[in-house]
Amino acid sequence: MLRLLSLIPTLPLAGFLVLALFGGRFSRRQIAWVGCGSIGTAALITALVGADFLRVFPDRTSYHQTLWTWIDTSGMTVGVSWYLDALSLLMVAVVTGIGFLIHLYSVEYMSGDDGYARFFAYMNLFVTAMLTLVLADNLLLLYLGWEGVGLCSYLLIGFWYREPEYGAAAQKAFIVTRIGDTAFAVGLFILFTQLKSLSIQQVQTLAADAWPVGSNVAVIVAVLLLAGAVGKSAQLPLQVWLPDAMAGPTPVSALIHAATMVTAGVYLIARMHQLFALAPTVLEAVAVIGLLTLLLAACSALVQRDIKRVLAYSTMSQIGYMFLALGVGAWSAALFHFLTHSCFKALLFLAAGSVIHSLGHEQDIFRMGGLRRQLPLTFWTFLIGAAAMSGVPFITSGFYSKDWILWSAWSSPLSHRWIWFGALLGTLLTGLYSFRLIFRVFFGEVRTSPNGTPGVAMLVPLVVLAFFAVTVGFLELPRTLGDLSLFSQYLSHVLPPIETIPGMDESVEALVQIAVTCSALLGMGLAAVLFLPRASVADRLAGTSLGRTLAAFWQGGWGFDRMYDGVLVRPWLHLTRESGELLDRGYESLGVAAESFHVWLSRTQTGHVRWYAATVAVGALVLLGLFAM
Amino acid sequence: MLTTHALVLAIMLFCLGLVGLLSRRNILYMLLSLEIMLNAASLAFIAGGSRWGQADGEIMFLFILTLAAAEVSVALGIVLQLSYRFQTLDADAFNEMKG
Amino acid sequence: MEVLFYIAAAVTLVATVRVITHVHAVHALLYLVVALIALALIFYLLGAQFAAALEIIIYGGAIMVLFIFVVMLLGPLAVEQEKSWLTPGTWVGPSVLALVLLGEVGYLIAAGDHLPIDFMETREKGLSIALYGPYVIGVELASMLLLPGLIGAYHLGRRVSKESR
Repeated sequence: MLRLLSLIPTLPLAGFLVLALFGGRFSRRQIAWVGCGSIGTAALITALVGADFLRVFPDRTSYHQTLWTWIDTSGMTVGVSWYLDALSLLMVAVVTGIGFLIHLYSVEYMSGDDGYARFFAYMNLFVTAMLTLVLADNLLLLYLGWEGVGLCSYLLIGFWYREPEYGAAAQKAFIVTRIGDTAFAVGLFILFTQLKSLSIQQVQTLAADAWPVGSNVAVIVAVLLLAGAVGKSAQLPLQVWLPDAMAGPTPVSALIHAATMVTAGVYLIARMHQLFALAPTVLEAVAVIGLLTLLLAACSALVQRDIKRVLAYSTMSQIGYMFLALGVGAWSAALFHFLTHSCFKALLFLAAGSVIHSLGHEQDIFRMGGLRRQLPLTFWTFLIGAAAMSGVPFITSGFYSKDWILWSAWSSPLSHRWIWFGALLGTLLTGLYSFRLIFRVFFGEVRTSPNGTPGVAMLVPLVVLAFFAVTVGFLELPRTLGDLSLFSQYLSHVLPPIETIPGMDESVEALVQIAVTCSALLGMGLAAVLFLPRASVADRLAGTSLGRTLAAFWQGGWGFDRMYDGVLVRPWLHLTRESGELLDRGYESLGVAAESFHVWLSRTQTGHVRWYAATVAVGALVLLGLFAM
Repeated sequence: MLTTHALVLAIMLFCLGLVGLLSRRNILYMLLSLEIMLNAASLAFIAGGSRWGQADGEIMFLFILTLAAAEVSVALGIVLQLSYRFQTLDADAFNEMKG
Repeated sequence: MEVLFYIAAAVTLVATVRVITHVHAVHALLYLVVALIALALIFYLLGAQFAAALEIIIYGGAIMVLFIFVVMLLGPLAVEQEKSWLTPGTWVGPSVLALVLLGEVGYLIAAGDHLPIDFMETREKGLSIALYGPYVIGVELASMLLLPGLIGAYHLGRRVSKESR
C-alpha cells in the first residue's frame, strides 16, 4: 500500500495536465469531475497509505521512495524522492482532505465563472506543488514545491485578471514572498557548500555534528530559512501581501491563504527543527515574530470592513500562534494548532464564501446583518468556526490547541513570561474580532437580503469541516482534562518532546487554563457588549478622534504598506527614473552602432550571384595567403 | 614529375573556371564554369592519389562526381524556372534578394 | 608518355578557354565535352582508369547531355543565336582538338604496354574496399545528397502554370 505514495502527487498533476490541455473542450460537468476526482482519489489513496503507515507505525517510522534521479552532477545527486513520516503524513492528509472539500465547494461556488477549467487546473497544480513540498525528501525538491505553490498563489490571486488591482495584488504577493524565497535559496546554497548534501535528514544530522550550538553558520542558515518561512507564512515583516491576496476567489483563500500554503513556513521550521535547535537565538526570534504578528494582525482584524480581510488578518494571527509555539520549542503544539486551524479557518472562509455568494458578491460586513434567519446552516457552521478560532472552552478544537500553546509558553524553559502575557492578550483579541464578525454579519437588522441559498455541494464541505472543527481537538487533551496524548505520541518519532521547567504541575496548568478561558470569554463578552446593541458602543468609540486615527492606522495594517512604499518602492522608482536616461543613452548608442554597421554591411549584399562568388574567391585567397605566410 | 604538372594543370583549369564564373553573365555559362572548377578539383585529387599510389584520390573523385550530378540536376531545374519566370538568363537580373 | 600528358593538358586548356569565351551555348558544351575527354585521358595516364571511365561516361555523357537538354528546352532564345553563329569556322577548333586527342589515344593503344595490368587490378580492388570500408559513411552521405537532388530537380523542373505565378 505504501508504494501507492507516488500516486498522491501524481494524480493532481494528471488532473492539471488534462484540464490545461483539454479543459476548453470539456463541459462544466466533466471539468468538475476531473478537477474534484483527481483530488478525491488522491485523498482516498492518502487514507489507504495512512492506514498502512499507522498499521506498522511504531516499528517503522518513515517510508522512503525514490522515483528517479533528478540532477546528477559532480558532488551533487538530487533525486525525485518522497519521504513519508508522521509529520509529512499529517500535512498530506490535511492538504488532500481539506483540498478535496474545497474543490467540492468550488464546483458550485465557481459555477458561474468563465474560467472554470482554468480555475480547477490551477487548483490541481497547487495541490501537486503543495504535496511535493511536504513529501520532498531533499531541500531542492522542497524548494521546487515551495516555488510551485508561490506560482499557483500568484495565478489564483490574479485569477480575475481583468481587474487591474487584482493583478497588482497578485504581483505584490509574488514579489513579497520572493524576498523570503531568495533568502531561503541562499540558505540552501550555504547548507550545500558547507555540508555537501541537500537531503533533509542527512543535512540535519551532519549539521548537528559539524556545528556547535549557537555557531555563526548555524545562526545564518537558520535566519535565512526563517526569512523564507516568514515570507511564505505572512509573518512580520513580510506580512503585507496576505490581506491583498484576498482578491482571489474565496475557495482559493480558504485552501491556499488559510489552510495549506501559508502554513508551509510552519512546516519548514518543524521539518528543520534540529537545525533551528542549533541556533537558540533564532528560535527566540521565531517566538517574538510570532507574538508580534499575532498581536498586530489581531488589532488590524478588529477594524476591517471586508469579511475576507478580517479572516486574512485572523489567519496571520493564528499562524503567529504557531510560530510562537515553534519558538518556545512546542513543536507538536504548533502542528496541533496547524491541524485545528486548517479545519476551522477553511470552514470560516467557506462559510464566508457562502455568505458572499448568497449576497451577490457583497463583502462589506457593514452592509450585512441579520443573516442568522436567512442562512441558518451557514450561520451555525460559521459560529462553530468562530467559536473554534476564539477557543470556546471544552467543546471546540481551537481551545485545546491554543491552550496547549499557552501552557507551553508558560512552562517551556525557552519562553518568557511576557511572551505568555502577549499570547493571552491575543486570545482576548481573537474572541473580540471573531464575534464582531458574527454579530455584524448574522445579527442585527437585515441590510442586504440574500438571493438564494447555497446548494448541496457548498453545504456538505461546510458540515464536514464543522464536524472536524469540533472533534479534532479531542486527539490531544491536557493533563487536567482527560489526559489524552494521541497527537503528541504520533509525532514523537519526528519531533522532540516539549520541555517543561520543573515544578510545573497540574495545578499550575489548571490555573493557566482558567486564565486562557477567562480571557477568551472576556473577548467574546466584550464583542457582545460592543457590537450587539443597535446603537453600538463600537460605533461611538470609532467616532472619537482617537478611535478614528487608531482605526485608520489598524485598518491599513499598521502602516507597513505605506512604510515599504516610502522607504523602498518610491526611492527605487525615483532612482530608476533618474538613472534610466543615462543608462538608456548607453543602450541606445549600442543600437545606433549596430544599425549603422548593419547598413554598411548590407551594402555588400548586392543580390548579384557573381559578386558573391567573387567574395568567396577573395576569401579563399586571403586564407591561402595566410597559410602561405 | 607528372603528378606535379598535373597539379599545375589543375590549378590552371580552376583559375580558368573561376574567370569564367566571374566574367560570364549568362547563368548557363556560369554553371559550365562551375563544372570546370569541379573537374579541376577532381584532377588534383586524382593526381594526389597517383602520387601516393592510394585509392583515396579516386574515392574523392567519386564523391565529387556525385556532388556534381546532384548539383547539376538541381541547378538546371533552377535555370529552367528562371528562364520561365524572367524570360532571361542574365544572372545580374536576379538580384531581388539584395540587402 | 609524358609527351602524351602535355598534349592532353594543352587540349584541355584550349578547350576550356573556348568554353568560357564562346558565345554559343551548344558549342561551348561541345568544347567542354572535349575538355572532359582530354581530362579523362590525363586520369588514365595518372593510373586512374576507373576514374577515367567514369569521367567519360557520367561527366562527358550524362551530365553534359543534361546540359544539352536544358539548352534545347530554353527554346527560341537559343535557336536564334544559333543561326547567327553557325558558320563553318566554328567547327575548326573542336575538330582540331578532337583530332589531337584521337591521335594520342591511338598512340596509346598502339604502344599498349605502358601500364602494368597487376598494378591496375590492385588499385581498383583497393578502391572498392576503401569505398565500402572507411568511406562507407561518405557513400551514405552521397546517397542522401542524390535523393534530395532528384526530388529538387523534379520539383523545380515542373513548368509553372500561369495561375500559380
